[in-house]
Amino acid sequence: MSDAAVARSGVVTRDAAARPSWLARLARNRNIGVGAVILAVVLLAGVAATHDPRRLNPAERLKPPSAANFLGTDEFGRDVFSLVLYGGQVSLLVGATTMALTSLWGIAIGLIAGYYKRVDLVLMRIMDGLMAFPAILLAIALMAARGPGVGNVIFALSVVYTPRTAMLIRSTVLSIRELDYVQAARALGRRDLMIAFRHILPNCVGPLLVQASFIFAYAILAEAILGFLGVGVPPYVPSWGNVIASGKNVIREAFWVSLFPGLALTLSGLGLNLLGDGLRDVLDPRLRVQ
Amino acid sequence: MTVYLVRRLLTLIPVLAVVVTVVFLLIHLIPGDPVSVMLGPDATPAQIDATRQALGLDRPLHEQLFKFYARVLRGDLGQSYFLDRPVVTALLERAEPTMVLTFSALLVAILIGVPSGIIAAAYPGSLWDRTLMLGALLGVCVPGFWLSLNFIYLFAVRLGWLPAAGYASIFADPVAALRYMVLPAVSLGFNQSALIARISRSCMLEALQQDYIRTARAKGLSTGVVTWVHAFRNALVPVVTVIGITMAILIGGAVVTEIVFNIPGLGRLIISAVLRRDYPVVQGVILVTATAYVLINLAVDAVYVLIDPRIRYE
Repeated sequence: MSDAAVARSGVVTRDAAARPSWLARLARNRNIGVGAVILAVVLLAGVAATHDPRRLNPAERLKPPSAANFLGTDEFGRDVFSLVLYGGQVSLLVGATTMALTSLWGIAIGLIAGYYKRVDLVLMRIMDGLMAFPAILLAIALMAARGPGVGNVIFALSVVYTPRTAMLIRSTVLSIRELDYVQAARALGRRDLMIAFRHILPNCVGPLLVQASFIFAYAILAEAILGFLGVGVPPYVPSWGNVIASGKNVIREAFWVSLFPGLALTLSGLGLNLLGDGLRDVLDPRLRVQ
Repeated sequence: MTVYLVRRLLTLIPVLAVVVTVVFLLIHLIPGDPVSVMLGPDATPAQIDATRQALGLDRPLHEQLFKFYARVLRGDLGQSYFLDRPVVTALLERAEPTMVLTFSALLVAILIGVPSGIIAAAYPGSLWDRTLMLGALLGVCVPGFWLSLNFIYLFAVRLGWLPAAGYASIFADPVAALRYMVLPAVSLGFNQSALIARISRSCMLEALQQDYIRTARAKGLSTGVVTWVHAFRNALVPVVTVIGITMAILIGGAVVTEIVFNIPGLGRLIISAVLRRDYPVVQGVILVTATAYVLINLAVDAVYVLIDPRIRYE
């Protein structure tokens, strides 16, 4: 029943009238506000790039920050400011796509495992097995097999992080599937697929959004680590990990090459963590950390 | 306790079976012909055929999988293509630096994380609490490998207090080993101390609100005794859980830290193996670390019983 309908029916309780909508609660949450602003700055920063980040200019190599190059230049004379801005777009692309894929696979596996007890055991043992690998090592191993590339990084990170989402969705489904309204839908003859998508999935959205925001943060960090180790996106693609790796070689002469992409990485991690904390507080108060 | 441990060991069998299967399948994820990719563009068809036969890749998939299981159970992880020795030997040679780094970082994480969480919880809302928790939030967000680079720049390049990179065995020269290990251990442990601090604070806050704490205070015990003797032990179980998780995360983190500090451990071994397409070594490192990860989690479960007698598994 909508708020208007409730009002018309004259059965407005004091709690319902006083309780703000979830959108209002989202807007009021300080963590979400700060997190969203930080992310928006990183996302929109691409339009502010002053140089072509791939243009090599050996005459200008390792120049300190100045009016011409706000954050200095790297060992190939590339503008660090523009590298950081474009690198952010690569990182956010990897993070967002990984988040979307892990959510899709996690929903599919979690719904099937939670709803069908026969396949639950097998699927969950596979998920346990995948979670037994240290995340970054499994990603490295998958990159070793698939080779460098943005698509392969997204594939590797999706494989690494899907079990977490699948287990979360499964546990939520298990707690919901025995509730009266699901039993009622079953008694009315609704098909399993319909029950899963119409009645169970909407109740998983809160925990899923919270988990997705954290996976976004993990994926951005993991992408940077893979790039730094030289097994992620190819070295010619400007990503934060690649720029920090190139800065490592010249840290004695030019600390700024690795400093600024790392700061950008930290800020995005901070933004996503605040966003995740805020979403958790608003959408799933049971998980709220004291 | 024994029944519980046996039951937990039995549940590890399917998990380890999946681990071994995933490690086996890695080589089959290589796009195209894995042998051509391994040997590079200069390999002759005869070399490709010989390698395919040697690796058993000409056999049906299920047969290859069973043979792989049998080899792993015998402790045979194959032969490195580039190091000219069995993978197990290469792993044993490189295990010491990784273990020393992991345990040193764990020590740093506990020494920073647990007291920070307890102090923050003992004075909730105070300047101490807010400063420590802001540090913990930043600690979660700061990438460890980037922190390592900044530490190198500050403490090795600018101040010259510590060596920028390298490794000395703790058994050969303990003093040099300590000097080389300070920066890697602190930069790896700092990230994880943030997680431990947040969980410690949360658990301590919960413990400090219990009735027995009020009773202890009513008896006139000092804040220190109430906090450390009465509340801390009861807040310890979740903290031990997170320390176990931390240990497992540190194994992965050590890989990256070893690259930054040029430490000849398993991390450098796997990255050089990836770059040289030495797949048996990649498989070996992944298998050993995943098994260690699983066993650490088992050990953490066993420790619960020792620190909290209320937990009865039988």
